[in-house]
Amino acid sequence: MQWIEGGLTRRSAGRAAMDALAPLVLTALLAALPGTLAAQAKPSSAPAAASPAHGQPAAPATAAAPSSTKPPAKTSPAPSPAQAPAAEHPEPPVRPVRFVVVLNPAHGGADGGARLSSQLYEKDLVLTLAERLRIALTAHSIPVIMVRISDVDVPVLNRAQMTDHARAAACITLHATTSGSGVHLFTSSLTEIPITSFLPWETAQGAYTTQSLRLSSEIGTVMRRDNIPVTQGRTALQPLDSFTCPAVAVEVAPLIHSGTATPLSDPAYQNRLVNALAAAIEQWQQDWKKVP
Amino acid sequence: MIPRHQRVLFWILLVGSVAMAVVIIRMRERAHDRMLTAADTMPLNPPAQSSAKSVPLMIANDLTGGVHEEEQEMALPADPNARARVILQHLIADYAQPASKHPISPNNGVENIYFITLPKQDGDAGGVMAVVNLSGSFAAAHPSGIEPETLTLLSIIGTLRLNFPQLTQVRFLVDGQPRETLAGHADLTRVYLSSESPGVKHL
Repeated sequence: MQWIEGGLTRRSAGRAAMDALAPLVLTALLAALPGTLAAQAKPSSAPAAASPAHGQPAAPATAAAPSSTKPPAKTSPAPSPAQAPAAEHPEPPVRPVRFVVVLNPAHGGADGGARLSSQLYEKDLVLTLAERLRIALTAHSIPVIMVRISDVDVPVLNRAQMTDHARAAACITLHATTSGSGVHLFTSSLTEIPITSFLPWETAQGAYTTQSLRLSSEIGTVMRRDNIPVTQGRTALQPLDSFTCPAVAVEVAPLIHSGTATPLSDPAYQNRLVNALAAAIEQWQQDWKKVP
Repeated sequence: MIPRHQRVLFWILLVGSVAMAVVIIRMRERAHDRMLTAADTMPLNPPAQSSAKSVPLMIANDLTGGVHEEEQEMALPADPNARARVILQHLIADYAQPASKHPISPNNGVENIYFITLPKQDGDAGGVMAVVNLSGSFAAAHPSGIEPETLTLLSIIGTLRLNFPQLTQVRFLVDGQPRETLAGHADLTRVYLSSESPGVKHL
């Protein structure tokens, strides 16, 4: 798990990641023990352990942990007749207990992304924006996990693994371009699929389509309130399609207003973008629990 | 004093060098012309006997983040593959215009398009897949970004869908090879469904 530790930025983020990983480790240990402790548990404790409504992070949890070849451990005994239908259909992934945000600055290392000006590459701008957004969110006591904190190229697979293990309430991928104006919000174009314990790796985001659209809508509302032009769309983008969380790709572009273009390198414009994104995520913190 | 025979030799060599340079330059020009001719053997200009007709195109707009339908007059060849190629060449040529709302540098654009009839399977009515082979110069010259790349794909898929209603899927290659992204963002490894274009989904 070196890549996870390398991606964390602060102690609070580290605690968030440990919180997220602890149930997985516990589940794996239980599965490894012969005659697991869970199998000896009293039947009355089983529903509590398996029910997402109780906010227990146990169970197969991270539905989309494709790197894991082990099936998830069953933490409940043989189901009673009343529980049998639930056993036939895999349980949906457990909603995160804490509100954690994953920031994924795109590109990095040899992959510079778009060339925004003679001296500015997309990878550097999105890293700067992500760092400033992390500071803004941390100031509002919102835990943040950064996928990268320096100019390194994190493989797409690792980005998705890190994001999925965090079981975040919002996953924001940051991009930048010279085309268009303002902010472009993209969600996955995947067809919606039901949330199950096991999701196909390449199309896992399909289970979160509705939540992602809601998150995109909230970000768009806040941006428009701040007079930043917004376009919203759906696209096929890696690793977005493998995220098991409400996920939005936020692509920032120069601000074109009345024929005058404000470049992305403008600090005041960057401040507006960061503040608007932070406000949108704060708003999402209030609303995400209401999302079905 | 330079001997006479050396002066004569000098002038002979000088004249010979100039003559060889002229011949080499001329040969280079002819080779260049031959190469340009060989690079584009498919006729962009339609056969003289075919009449121009109105062809719908889906034109992208970076500022609105969408695509809209526009009709253009053009004469098309009878062969479906060549017809699709000509239509997309016009679409991409439109983006190279100075006033384009979705600017892309002038380039070859689409190398080839092939239509493949898909076999019928259980619960699947089959259909037709278009394999669009983009040129490497097109991908290299394309603006990098989620929006411009997505709009280009939507524009191509939408245009093909309008002109070939039987089309169900679209696959993209670059220089005949699979490629991960168009210019760093939009996923080209997917098979795109054209049925709900421009709100395209992928498998």
